[in-house]
Amino acid sequence: MGMAVALNYCLLIMAAPASGYTSLTAARFGAAVIAQGHILPRVFFLDGGTSNGLATAITAQDEKSPLTEWTQLATAHGTELVLCVSSAVKRGLLDSAEAQRHGFPAATAHPQFALGGLGLLVEAMQSADRVITFGAPE
Amino acid sequence: MSAAARKSVLVVTRHAQPGRSLARAALDTTLATAAFDQPVNLLFLGAGVLQLIPHQDSSAVGVRNLRKVIDSMPLYDVEHCYVDTDAAQRHGLTTADLPSGAILVDVAAQRALFDAHHHILGF
Repeated sequence: MGMAVALNYCLLIMAAPASGYTSLTAARFGAAVIAQGHILPRVFFLDGGTSNGLATAITAQDEKSPLTEWTQLATAHGTELVLCVSSAVKRGLLDSAEAQRHGFPAATAHPQFALGGLGLLVEAMQSADRVITFGAPE
Repeated sequence: MSAAARKSVLVVTRHAQPGRSLARAALDTTLATAAFDQPVNLLFLGAGVLQLIPHQDSSAVGVRNLRKVIDSMPLYDVEHCYVDTDAAQRHGLTTADLPSGAILVDVAAQRALFDAHHHILGF
């Protein structure tokens, strides 16, 4: 085998964290990609996947928290976590600006997730060598 | 972004609209990609062809009519869409039912499509 080439990855997440374990698998895949020497500049959450950014999700003590797995990627490796803004607000996921705009007292999205448009997915796809989709149900 | 750097995207939509928002997400992603002048194609596969049923009326349900969105795609320079031949036949869709830019693709042509794009998004 030749020398490993570092690739630029982008993940597109459409699975909600509480529906099965697809989002945990995706977060582990992201960590594995980085551990293999590749880069993961951005994860884009779309449709039901935006629920991954809910700050108030509680995971049972004997289970892994998808929220923790994602935020660790951001903290340890600077991976940007972007929630599709139109999918997010429909599901009540608001950052402080959106919360203020709609008259709610506080943000519901975790501060390590940013709300952004689909343009951020398009941009990430253009620089990515690999785009992996997680979550379209069978 | 230079033209040489542009990567083509194939959006594969495999689910019918009712009961889910996934089909809509696939169309939104296609339109957004086109809006940023990036090469994008849309492939309706399996039950996804049910999104193409003509004369849909979703007003009583209170959600947007997806066929209208699909019909508007040429305005965003998505001239063609690709439709799984077997699935169209299985679900009773005739050529006359399909949007004007639709191209029927058999398994070999689908394979060629997968081959011809940099990125494949599965919805």
